[in-house]
Amino acid sequence: MRALAGIGAVTLGLLAAIGRVAMFFGATVTHLVRPPFYLREFALALLNIGWLSLPVVGLTAIFTGGALALQIYAGGARFNAEAVVPQIVAIGMVRELGPVLVGLMIAARVTSSIAAEIATMKVTEQIDALVTLSTHPMKYLAVPRVLAATLAVPLLVGVGDVIGIFGGYAVATGTLGFNAAAYIQNTVDFLELRDVVSSLVKGAVFGCLAALMGCYFGMNSGRGAQGVGRATKGSVEAAAVLILAANFVLTGVFFSI
Amino acid sequence: MITLSDVHKSFGDNHVLRGVDLHVARGTSTVIIGGSGTGKSICIKTVLGLVTPERGTITVDGQDVTKTGDRDAFLARFGMLFQAAALFDSLPVWQNVAFRLMRGSLKRPKDEAREIAIEKLRRVGLTPDVADRLPAELSGGMQKRVGLARAIAAEPEIIFFDEPTTGLDPIMAGVINDLIREIVTEMGATTMTITHDMTSVRTIADNVAMLHGGKIRWTGPVADIDAAHDPYVDQFINGRAEGPIETVR
Repeated sequence: MRALAGIGAVTLGLLAAIGRVAMFFGATVTHLVRPPFYLREFALALLNIGWLSLPVVGLTAIFTGGALALQIYAGGARFNAEAVVPQIVAIGMVRELGPVLVGLMIAARVTSSIAAEIATMKVTEQIDALVTLSTHPMKYLAVPRVLAATLAVPLLVGVGDVIGIFGGYAVATGTLGFNAAAYIQNTVDFLELRDVVSSLVKGAVFGCLAALMGCYFGMNSGRGAQGVGRATKGSVEAAAVLILAANFVLTGVFFSI
Repeated sequence: MITLSDVHKSFGDNHVLRGVDLHVARGTSTVIIGGSGTGKSICIKTVLGLVTPERGTITVDGQDVTKTGDRDAFLARFGMLFQAAALFDSLPVWQNVAFRLMRGSLKRPKDEAREIAIEKLRRVGLTPDVADRLPAELSGGMQKRVGLARAIAAEPEIIFFDEPTTGLDPIMAGVINDLIREIVTEMGATTMTITHDMTSVRTIADNVAMLHGGKIRWTGPVADIDAAHDPYVDQFINGRAEGPIETVR
């Protein structure tokens, strides 16, 4: 009986948390479509989330693409299928590894930064100060970041996909003996529009989730340094889990039929 | 001008405000004193809508603060100096001071906003070269002055000061107290100040209210505080460990 009560309490707690996040998302969306709009904050968020994430995204993608080519070549060699390296690298990067790895890198880099920044603002009464200065914290802090991440992360995913495929190409042509022109031709021929669209849609959803979790945990942080630490940790955990869960759902939506 | 009637606020089991009644007349400087954790800051935050009371009413010029139609216009009447200044780390000093003047109903052209910010910085004793620095580059006393400049930048009718001298050395505390007194006098603003610094009280206050046990224990003109004949007020203003206010040793 006690165990059942425990399961019930956990379930209720989880449902309540989902409800709070959904309401937070709803509030963000309603503020998104109502003025005032803080373009400077949006531009800064775009720069921070998009442009400044390029190095880490590029490095992650190139190493992943290279490693993927080596793995596929080694695995394919077991049944004389080494030639599928270009196709599998392309499909693996564009459909799965590109969006998921970029999403997780954004969760690590951006979600943590947003949560820590907003939580610190809360602890030091900067959010209260915003309110007293007639500025809604959701409009000023959450909307620019969530919108910027939703727009910037698909672009990062696109760049990551290209760099990842290039990583595979470099390894395949440099060390595995593939013909460069044939590799590119096989990659282009094999990819479908649906692959690219799914990759970009995943990027938009993952970006939105990553920024949303940073803002939500930041604005609901506890007091003191411990509160900021917990908010930051919680935001990254939640963003990573939600990104992986959303990836599963979106993969089902795009490719189950 | 500002009236709190039977205001109650709890945080879980902690009943911070248990029926606060307080009236602040227009153009006067009221200081709320009381021990740490007695809910002084919560009182101010309920007026601004930063904290929602469970019971009671708060009015400004007879208007219920929970039923203000235009929130922007309502908040534009207030300025607030926070305990730790609460300056925005990512913005240079002048943009902190001119924050309200760069957005919303009081928006001015950028150059004009900067000019006003520099003038307000000068008013609180800071030189224009501070304007382009970031708040993290300033000392605690300078940050407090910037916070004060921000509070008065839009020349509000009502200004709240939350522990304006906490964490400052006695000389800087004296400077801030004098600045507050001067600014309030020249602007004719209505002010509420939270403090447990008796030097601040005697410099800033026209009236004093003592908050204890979630209620206003005593209120009256600052000149009467030494003859309040209230054991709680007496213990507090004389800083005695012995008395009706429990102390933890």
